[in-house]
Amino acid sequence: MSAPLDRADSRVRHDDSLTGALRSFVDRVKSGDLGMLPVAVGLVVISVVFSILNPIFLVPNNLVNLLFDCATVGIISLGIVCVLLVGEIDLSVGSISGFASAMVGVFWVGQGWPVLLAIAAALVMGGAVGWVYAQLFNRLGMPSFVSTLSGLLALLGMQLYILGPTGSINLPYESALVSFGQTLVMPPAVSHGLGLLPGIVMLIAGQRRRLRRGKANLSVPPLGGLVTKAAVLTAALQGAIFYLNLGRGLPWMFGLFVLLVVCLNYGLTRTQWGRSVIAVGGNREAARRAGINVRGIYTSAFVLCGTLSALGGTLAASRLASSSQQAGTGDVNLNAIAAAVIGGTSLFGGRGSAWSALLGIIVIQAISSGLTLLNLSSSLRYMITGAVLAIAVIVDSLARRSRISHGRG
Amino acid sequence: MAQQPILSLRGVSKKFGAVSALTDIELDINPGEVVALVGDNGAGKSTLVKVLAGVHQPTSGVIRYEGREVTMDSPAAAMKLGIATVYQDLALCENLDVVANLFLGHELSPYALDEEAMEARSWTLLQELAARIPSVREPIASLSGGQRQTVAIARSLILNPRIIMLDEPTAALGVAQTAEVLNLIERVRDRGLGVIMISHNMEDVRAVADRIVVLRLGRNNGVFDQTTSHQDLVAAITGATDNAVTRRMEKHQ
Repeated sequence: MSAPLDRADSRVRHDDSLTGALRSFVDRVKSGDLGMLPVAVGLVVISVVFSILNPIFLVPNNLVNLLFDCATVGIISLGIVCVLLVGEIDLSVGSISGFASAMVGVFWVGQGWPVLLAIAAALVMGGAVGWVYAQLFNRLGMPSFVSTLSGLLALLGMQLYILGPTGSINLPYESALVSFGQTLVMPPAVSHGLGLLPGIVMLIAGQRRRLRRGKANLSVPPLGGLVTKAAVLTAALQGAIFYLNLGRGLPWMFGLFVLLVVCLNYGLTRTQWGRSVIAVGGNREAARRAGINVRGIYTSAFVLCGTLSALGGTLAASRLASSSQQAGTGDVNLNAIAAAVIGGTSLFGGRGSAWSALLGIIVIQAISSGLTLLNLSSSLRYMITGAVLAIAVIVDSLARRSRISHGRG
Repeated sequence: MAQQPILSLRGVSKKFGAVSALTDIELDINPGEVVALVGDNGAGKSTLVKVLAGVHQPTSGVIRYEGREVTMDSPAAAMKLGIATVYQDLALCENLDVVANLFLGHELSPYALDEEAMEARSWTLLQELAARIPSVREPIASLSGGQRQTVAIARSLILNPRIIMLDEPTAALGVAQTAEVLNLIERVRDRGLGVIMISHNMEDVRAVADRIVVLRLGRNNGVFDQTTSHQDLVAAITGATDNAVTRRMEKHQ
């Protein structure tokens, strides 16, 4: 058989071996394609610093609480990833989530609707708000920065309006929704079982890819690397799950978050829609000339962001067992945006992944949890979180500049 | 004539209000032929290309595609007929890799992208064009100007068009890269496609064009071939034997 199609050019170095993979990783980082590196470094630094300051930080139950907290803002951040990828922004995700949480409280507890109907209404509201932003952007050319900023105020007003003078509604403590947000964890057998899945999927998908590449006369990555990766991943996951099970265990709510991340990741990397989203974020005019429905892509991104924000707000209500005037205000907006950026999704569009929401929110919540354990006032927490966000954006901008000068777009 | 032209225009005119951008244009494109469209600024080249690409609709006249009379009311309609256009600014997504750019908008199996088939097809196509692209999994941003032009031309071939239109394909390129793109144009022609090339560079035009169609003030102003002298071409383009270019040349002889 002749050389594989992609190995015919002798000018290109191919990094197939383990050292080769390491070398190409170093090359990528040097040229500004940082990927997950800032998150990994950040998490290690945070863990070391906070566990020195207060050993409780790394206790299993604190980590379980951390995962509960991650899920709500993390799901909002997942929506932010969608709009950032097309090069736009939604500054009103906090207000959407607050309004959604108020809707669930008012309709379910106040009006006596079935809980699922109330949640569905909140999700539809979120999607509708996103649709309106998309229309303002597509038809009137209104920058999303401005339209969502006005949406932030308008939705906050609606939230205060429907909550009425009492300003807060307590959700029934014994309901399924509240226990989902506060106590429901997976039994150890289930969490360990689910922890095996990523490795198995990686093996099957990888092997299928190897066979298909072979059939298409392309170079085939070595089986050993695949097995090693899957084994390392499985061992790490099982270790983490074992540690969490020493405490209360893995929250179902976090499981839902991860499921959404996996779904969005599939959508973004393996479907025509996802390819179009990234193309629109990279070069809108090129996408339009390639026959992509650019307006439709913008609409899908904003609607998805609104819906995910509303879901995040609903889960926040279940986490706090209340719908209040404070829901979705304060640092929710910035945390959601910061998580996406810290995780490696560019503010400039066309670059990022669903995983960035998961990794970024873990960093943000770890900082927040660590600062809470130190009994710092919220004034200091805001300042420190603000500084971390600034650093993340600076890293993003510098990496972007370096990518351009290294010809990696 | 031995073969039927793929595309033929008869009496095509385009008016923008009171301005006649094109008047009674006659043009035939045969398979396996490179036709160069030349003309001064404002001669109507771009308008003609936009009419053929479906961006503008002619005010009057007939466009025949493989003998059938057709109307192209959108760029998509022109693309569907088999007329591909490579614009001057290429319109590639720099953040996507070569494979993703080649198949952008036409990905194989939209709900579970067939990356292997797309990558294999990309390599085959690029090898057929003898293109020198080091890796199809690198983002476009890492490629040189000539390589980007190659990718843009290869992308227009993905849908198996019969005609490909190139707007100033060599304008931004160096000497060696220009030669590579001209070779590429010849290989596209050898695949039996009709090629329409717009250029201001007379050397490039004479190097690859089988016919040179001169437009002047929106009208046909003669059809020439490679043997035509530079002076005659310039005369046809500018509309007079006495013009700034010829005066300059005489002065320097």
